[in-house]
Amino acid sequence: MVKVFERPKSLTGKPFHYCPGCTHGIIHRLVAETIDELGIRETTIGVGPVGCSVFIFEYMNLDFQQASHGRAPAVATGVKRVHPGKTVFTYQGDGDLAAIGTAEIVHAAARGERITVIFVNNAIYGMTGGQLAPTTLVGMETTTSPVGRNQETQGSPVRVSEMLSTLDGAGYIARVSVHDPKHIIQAKKAIRKAFANQMSGVGFSLVEVLSTCPTNWGLHPIEATKWLADNLIPYYPLGEFKVPPAPAKAEREVE
Amino acid sequence: MAEMLMKGNEAIGEAAVMAGCRYFFGYPITPQSELPHYMVKRLAEVGGVFLQAESETSAINMCYGAAGAGARVMTSSSSPGISLKLEGISYMAGAELPAVIVNIMRGGPGLGNIQPAQSDYFQATKGGGHGDYNLIVLAPASVQEIVDLTIDAFELADKYRNPVMILGDGVLGQMMEPVEIRELKVNIPEKPWATTGATGRKPNLINSIYIAPEPCEEHNLRLQVKFRQMARENVRYEDYRTDDAEILVVAYGTSARIAKGAIDRAREQGIRVGLVRPVSLWPFPYEHLAEVAQKVTAVLVVEMSAGQMIEDVRLALNGSKPVDFYGRLGGMLPVTSEILREIEKLAKGGRSNG
Ligand SMILES: Cc1ncc(C[n+]2csc(CCOP(=O)(O)OP(=O)(O)O)c2C)c(N)n1
Ligand code: SF4
Repeated sequence: MVKVFERPKSLTGKPFHYCPGCTHGIIHRLVAETIDELGIRETTIGVGPVGCSVFIFEYMNLDFQQASHGRAPAVATGVKRVHPGKTVFTYQGDGDLAAIGTAEIVHAAARGERITVIFVNNAIYGMTGGQLAPTTLVGMETTTSPVGRNQETQGSPVRVSEMLSTLDGAGYIARVSVHDPKHIIQAKKAIRKAFANQMSGVGFSLVEVLSTCPTNWGLHPIEATKWLADNLIPYYPLGEFKVPPAPAKAEREVE
Repeated sequence: MAEMLMKGNEAIGEAAVMAGCRYFFGYPITPQSELPHYMVKRLAEVGGVFLQAESETSAINMCYGAAGAGARVMTSSSSPGISLKLEGISYMAGAELPAVIVNIMRGGPGLGNIQPAQSDYFQATKGGGHGDYNLIVLAPASVQEIVDLTIDAFELADKYRNPVMILGDGVLGQMMEPVEIRELKVNIPEKPWATTGATGRKPNLINSIYIAPEPCEEHNLRLQVKFRQMARENVRYEDYRTDDAEILVVAYGTSARIAKGAIDRAREQGIRVGLVRPVSLWPFPYEHLAEVAQKVTAVLVVEMSAGQMIEDVRLALNGSKPVDFYGRLGGMLPVTSEILREIEKLAKGGRSNG
């Protein structure tokens, strides 16, 4: 019998603690599959965030550093400068990356820091109880915008991928979604590029992944995927915002 | 071995390179700027990495990453910047990461000014950041001592897997003195815990989260054992003319240098006065001070602050002797004649009121 599907070696096998229908688990798996396929599990160092995915180090079977809230790009910079030949990535939520950690992500991108960033945008603070995030849509109800985000007083949602792609240091920036199998396959491709780019020396790479938070959105998991497609994607268009000028060398090698 | 005339701030940089430090992450602030200016050139010569971060917060977190990756690493700043680093310092203590952090103190609170001060003593020695943790805090009083203590700081950081702080001020940073620069045989210990990529081994983890209280208490208790060992093994001080002293001055760093001048002049008048200069501010030389103070009638603490170290002096003396204080604030330096005046008051049986 031929095994056609198994757990990636880059996952420990510990069951995810995420809420039912939360897509953090899918994104973990896509990262793990990518690391397996590129054969870099033993030479990759991950940097985890503060947020629902703070325990990513328990699920990923590789070296990890747990960073303080928002500072993962700075921590990853420290790791990468010491081990320029190793692969270094961060995994961060939208509170972590787009609020408290805005300076760190902008300047890691501006420096062209050779790291890969997996940015999970669920338009809300999951871990702390569903508060308004910089990415929360106008009108969206959260525990700190109980009658919906008020644009007058709470501003407009931040489009991180578009913003970062204006920086010369950014080598690869894409936004993907994981709300259905077709999009999951596309997301995987982008994540793979983001890692391969790092290996071939292209600067900073970031993949923004639109993700569900059924618990704090107050939706059934299936409704949550539909809500994502109907509401998040129109405001956060999918696609590649920045690609390296020539096809990355490692990518040619692996494909 | 060579003698060189160096500024204090540059001496920190040279000593760091001598100690095998190859990574520096910082953010500009006066009065420590000569240190990054020195490091950017010196690290280029030895194949190291100098990175100017976007903030002190980022700089300390870059140190976290680099230390966790196994490197000898340093950051430096001055008071307001150290305030920003405190979260990262707490994380480093929690995750047991070695690093050397330099604070060239300036006048505060708030933006204050860029003049020398010693008003970050509490912040340095009593935690500063959140949680139960301690740093070894070393306070040099000369450029040569800056070199010696900086080298030691890297050794101690690796020995205990804990951040170590060098606490100086603008005077020490700017002061030029001859120093001995020597080739060091550095033995950076193996760091099998570092995140270097899990090649042929189980994954390593750099972490300070223990979500359940029981393991978090266990982690804390283990850290406390380490902090107690650090406290036992690292008490440092200098005694100056204390043998027959009836009056004892306690001061560190720049104020200790100035106090020595006042002590010499008081001695010329026949006043028997001496100085204990704590070199390690954490651990504080409690026992030694208590012993020296047994023989004296009065104790004067001199600081460039409103009186912070005085609390540790009082703890050491435990009410056995009156403890008086003289301090200048906000970037002002105490001068020899002022300290002498306070010593004279005490010699006449009066009290100094600062
Ligand atoms: C300095 C600091 N401030 C605040 C917090 C509390 N906190 C923990 S997680 C979090 C937000 C996480 O939201 P996000 O990054 O969107 O990730 P998610 O939980 O949605 O995956 C906050 C504010 C903290 N741990 N540290
Ligand atoms: S709170 Fe939201 S983001 Fe966090 S695990 Fe639950 S569904 Fe996922």
